[in-house]
Parts: sequence; C-alpha cells; structure tokens
Amino acid sequence: MNMGLQAYLTLAAVVFGIGLFGVVTRRNTIGILLGIELMMNAVNINLVAFARFSGNEIGMIFTVFTICITVAEAAMGLAIVILLFRIRRTVTADHLDLLKG
Amino acid sequence: MASGFLTLVAMLMPAAAFLVLGVVWPLRRSGRLAGYFSILGAGVSLAAAVSAWLAHDTGTTRLVWDWLPAQGRPLATIGVLADETSTIMLVLVALVAFLVQVYSLSYLSEESPRGLGRYYTYQSLFAFSMMGLVLAPNLLQLFICWELVGLCSYLLIGFWYQKPEAARAAVKAFWTTKAGDVGLLIGIIMLWRQSGTFDFGEMQVMVAGGELPLAGLSLITFCIYLGAMGKSAQFPLHVWLPDAMEGPTPVSALIHAATMVTAGVYLLHRTAWLFALTPDVLLIVAWIGAFTALLAAVLACVQDDIKRVLAYSTVSQLGYMMTAIGAGFSTAGFFHLLTHGLFKALLFLGAGAVIHAVGSNDLSHMGGLVRRMPQTAIVFIIGTLSLAGIPLFAGFLSKEEILGAVWAGGLVGPFALLLLVAFLTAFYMFRVVFLAFFGAPVAQPAVAVSGFSPLPGGTHHAEHKSHEHDPPPAMLLPLWILALLSMAVGIYFTFAHPETEFASPGWLTPAAVGVALAGIALAWLTYQRGAINAATLASYFGPIRRAALAKFWIDDFFEGVLAAATLAFSRLVGWVDRYLVDGVLNVVSAWTVTTGDEMRSIQTGRAQDYVYGLAVGLLLLLVWVRWSLT
Repeated sequence: MNMGLQAYLTLAAVVFGIGLFGVVTRRNTIGILLGIELMMNAVNINLVAFARFSGNEIGMIFTVFTICITVAEAAMGLAIVILLFRIRRTVTADHLDLLKG
Repeated sequence: MASGFLTLVAMLMPAAAFLVLGVVWPLRRSGRLAGYFSILGAGVSLAAAVSAWLAHDTGTTRLVWDWLPAQGRPLATIGVLADETSTIMLVLVALVAFLVQVYSLSYLSEESPRGLGRYYTYQSLFAFSMMGLVLAPNLLQLFICWELVGLCSYLLIGFWYQKPEAARAAVKAFWTTKAGDVGLLIGIIMLWRQSGTFDFGEMQVMVAGGELPLAGLSLITFCIYLGAMGKSAQFPLHVWLPDAMEGPTPVSALIHAATMVTAGVYLLHRTAWLFALTPDVLLIVAWIGAFTALLAAVLACVQDDIKRVLAYSTVSQLGYMMTAIGAGFSTAGFFHLLTHGLFKALLFLGAGAVIHAVGSNDLSHMGGLVRRMPQTAIVFIIGTLSLAGIPLFAGFLSKEEILGAVWAGGLVGPFALLLLVAFLTAFYMFRVVFLAFFGAPVAQPAVAVSGFSPLPGGTHHAEHKSHEHDPPPAMLLPLWILALLSMAVGIYFTFAHPETEFASPGWLTPAAVGVALAGIALAWLTYQRGAINAATLASYFGPIRRAALAKFWIDDFFEGVLAAATLAFSRLVGWVDRYLVDGVLNVVSAWTVTTGDEMRSIQTGRAQDYVYGLAVGLLLLLVWVRWSLT
C-alpha cells in the first residue's frame, strides 16, 4: 500500500494538535515541556514527509538539526523547571503567573 | 517765520532739559541742581513763548519736516504750527510750568535729592509734551504728545509711589484716560481714511471746499470727543481727576488744573471747523458738558478735602468750556480755558501753601489762617473771586461769554444748568475760603512737626504752631504773579470788552454776577455768620447730599461693572478651560484607564493562556486567509 503525503500531514497535524492540547491544558510544567516536544516532532514529520515526496533531502538535513536543537531545548527547559522548583517550590503552571497584569 | 522758530525753541528747551536730566544721572541725583537746570529750561522756554506770542501777527506760521516717508508724499509731518490759538496757549503752558517748577523747589524741599531730580525730569518731559501737543500741526503728532502728557500725568500722580493710594490713583488716571484715548485713536484713523491726511491745514482746506464727505463724520467726531472726554474729565470718565489729587499739589496745579486736562478742550477748539459739520455731536458735547459741570459742582459742595474741592471745581469748569464748544462758539470755551488756567493754578498753589503750613488737606483742620498767612489768604481770595466770576477778576468775562455763547446757541437747558453751576461754584469756593481762612482757628490741628509731611494725617502732635505762616518767597512769588495776572486780565477785559461772535442779551451780566453773589452770600451766612446752620442746610438736601458723599456711586458703578465684567469673563474662560479643554483630556485619559482596566484581565500571567491565545489567533488568521483568498 502506498500512503500519500496526505496521510503523513494528517498524522503530523494530529500529533501537533495533541501537543498543543497538552501545552494548553497540562498543569505540570514538565507535561507542558512534553507537549512542546510533541509539537516539535509533528513539525519534523512534516519536514521529512515533504522531503520524501518532493525528492529534496534538505528537509531531512533540517530535521536532523531540529532534533539536535530539540534536545538542547529539552535540556534547557528541564534546567529552568528545576531552578523554578528550587525558588518557588512548585512546578504547577497556574502558580507561575509573575507576568500577571 | 520768526514766531515759528521761537515756538520751536520754546518746545525744545524742556526737551533738552529732560534729555540732559535723564541721561546725566549725577546731575539728576543732585536734587536741587537738577531743579535749577529744569527751571532754567522752563525760563528760556517761557521767554521764547512770550516773544513768539508778541512777534506773532495774524495768520499761521508752519515749520514742519517730513516724517513717515511713503510713496508719493510723506504720510505725516512733524514740527510746529504757530497761530493765534497755539501761541497764546503756549504762553499759558510755559508760564504755569515755569511758576510751578519754581514753586516746587520750595514745596518739595523735604524730598530726597533723588526724588527731587526725578520730579524735575518728569516736569521737563511734561512741559515738552504739552507744548508739542499745543503746537502740533497734525493729528498724529498731537496724539503722540497726548499720550506723552498722559504718561507724565501717571508718573507725577504716582510720584509718591510708596503711598498705596497714590499708586492706585495713578493707575486709575492712566486707565480711565486711556479708555478715551482709544476712541481718539480710532477717530483719527477713521478721519484719515476719509480725508487722506492728518494735517490740520489740509483738512481745513478740504472742509472749506466741501470736499470732505459727510457720511460717517458724526461717528468720527464722536470718537475724537471720546478722547477729549477722557482727558478733560467729562462725565462719565471724570472719576480719575479727583483721585489724581494724590500727587504733589504743584503737579495738580500744572497738570490737573491748568494744562493737561484742558487738552481735550484745546483739541475740540482746534478742530472746531470739523465739529461744526456735525451738529448732533456738538449737542451731545454741550449736554454732557453742562451735566458734568453741575454734577461736579454738587460734588464739590460736600468735599472736606481742600484739593478735592478744587479738583471737582476743575471738572465743573471743564464742563463749562465744553458746553460753550458744544454751543458752537469754541472761542468762548478757549477763552475760559486761558483764564481758568491762570486762576486755577493760583488756587491750587495757594491750597498747596495752606497744606504745606497746616500739614493736612482737611478743611476741618484749618481755620483762621488769614491772621497767620495774610498773603496766601489774599491771593487765594483773588483766585476764588476769579473762579466765582466777579467783575474785575479773570473769570468774570470768560464765564459770562460762555453763558452768552450757550444762550446764543439756543441751548436753554444747558444754560439753566450752567447758571445753577455758577451759583454753586461761588458757594463752594467761598465755603472753602470761610472755613480755611476765617472763623476760629482749630484747637488741635494735625500739624506736621518737621515741616511738610508727604503723608498727611500722620500722628504728629500739635505743639508746633509756628509753622503756620506765609510760605517762603519761592512759593509766594509764583502766587503773586498768578494773582496779579488774574487781576490784570480781569481788569483789562472788564473795561475793554472784546467783540464776540454772538450777541449776548443785556440781562446776562447782572444775572451771572447776581447768582455768583447769591452763592457768596449763602456761603457767608452759613459758614461765617452762622445765620444758617450748615447741618440744617445740608439736611434740606438729604438724599442729594448722601448721593454726593458717595460720589453719586459712579466710582462704585465702574468698579462694580468692571468687577462684574471681569468676573463674568473669568468664569466663562474658566468654564471653557475646565469643561472643554480639560474635559477632552479627562475623557481621553479616563477612557484609556477604563480600557486598560478591562484589558488587564486577559493578562493572566500564565504562559499557557498566552499559548492558547496564540494558537487561536493563528487558527483564525489561517481561516481568514483561506477564506479571503478564495
């Protein structure tokens, strides 16, 4: 069976949606980070799918970069979360409202 | 030509004295030396004026220079115009200015050298400005000098500017006359638009040739009359003159009796040929003049301040002159102006001598002065008789001429008013004479201990009676000169009856002299014999007396109207500022604050909400792009 581009894009969209839903709804900061990871991966799926179907491997190379940056970002994010926990004794997103107007 | 040059010299001598005194400050601050210098200028000026008058034959001499260059011919000229009117007026101004300056040297001997220098600087400036006004060949120069004399009046009324009343009076005089001057300026400019010239001679030619369009001329002459009304203290702008008495007495004599206040009469006499074209305005002039004369005469009857009596008397006599001009015989008014200048200056200087001796302006502090100051009493009585219009004295013929002129002009109403004024004039002047010079000496007069105090009514004790004697020669001499001139003029004109332009009825002289004698008799009975109780006499005129004591509420009216107008305008401006200017700003700022308050609720500070908003926004954007592109 030959799956078309449509299927990959749909998968990416669904993963992106799940990630966004996680980011918006999770109470735990780590959960939010996980959601962000999901959204990143959805983007990666898109890039790879387009690269595969258009025969242009630049998308693949780009994906490798993205994965690297995602790792760094995850490390950064976790470090921030840990620091936040040290200072505020909480990682619940609802309580981190220093920007409140 | 000679008289033109001489008048120029007469005018420029005080100007030179003013410039030297103004620039060379060591001379000015030397006090008496500055006085001598100024008197020297005034003396030369007087000599030049008298010789110009003697050298002058009938006709006009013009000595003018171009000024204000414009295309074609200059817009105006500047210089002197010497004719019969201006030279005789010049002599009066120079004479009174000279005598007053001599008199002041002694009168103001207690002043500091700086104050004296300042005084003489202003005096010189005034003499120059007044002569420039008298000799002006056109309305523009006249207006400039008109304003300059107003300035000098302000400066000299406020000479003792440390005194709050004097400062107030100076400002009041300045503003009240300025209200009239605006009219004068407007009148001059409108006249220029109509005739194309400022020059008296050119205008006179136009009027004689009938080239001056008559349309709107009434408004022009009325505007010019407004200027005269302010300067010559006609109702309702007369309120400044009594207050102007806060200045030194010699200043009152020179500026507020003999010369400056007569500038309005002089202006109307100068432009009589113009006013003759507008009989309706002349009628207004006559009625206001007669009314002013009566009003001021009534006011003079209730004053206790000797200078204020004289001030109201001046207003009254100016009303006399104006009535004659309004009747169409300005020569009669001008004649009275000249004689009045002599004897009113005399009266003021005499009053100054009395004030100098007694140390108070108040009539109730005087009494029995005839024994201690016989010479002052004699000259003062000469002045009073002149003012009352008794034959052989200066005011007799001029006053009678005015009455004749008003009668000949067919103005029965003003004539009756003026006759009543003649009676009142004699009454109030002899009231002053009897109260001040006769009767019992006041036991406890407020005598100034160390000579003359510039602030009368101070807390001085009465042990120094020795100060009440005739003034020193520097003050006595001007008094005698003016007294003798008043008598000489009076005797000359009583016998050499001049030809008048109008026929006076035969009963006029007995009537005029009769009412004056009746006034004197009433004053004598009331204040000398005591046959009529002054209080009883006053009670007959209860309401009028009360009104007169309140100055007929005219000052209050002006103050009330001005205050009300100012307050109303301030309220309006305040309303605009508070509700329009501030209102717009307040609405905008309040709206911003409310909007901000509303908007801040969506700033939860939770990153998740922002992400949610971002996502929804992006979605909406995508939907919008999708739909709008197809």
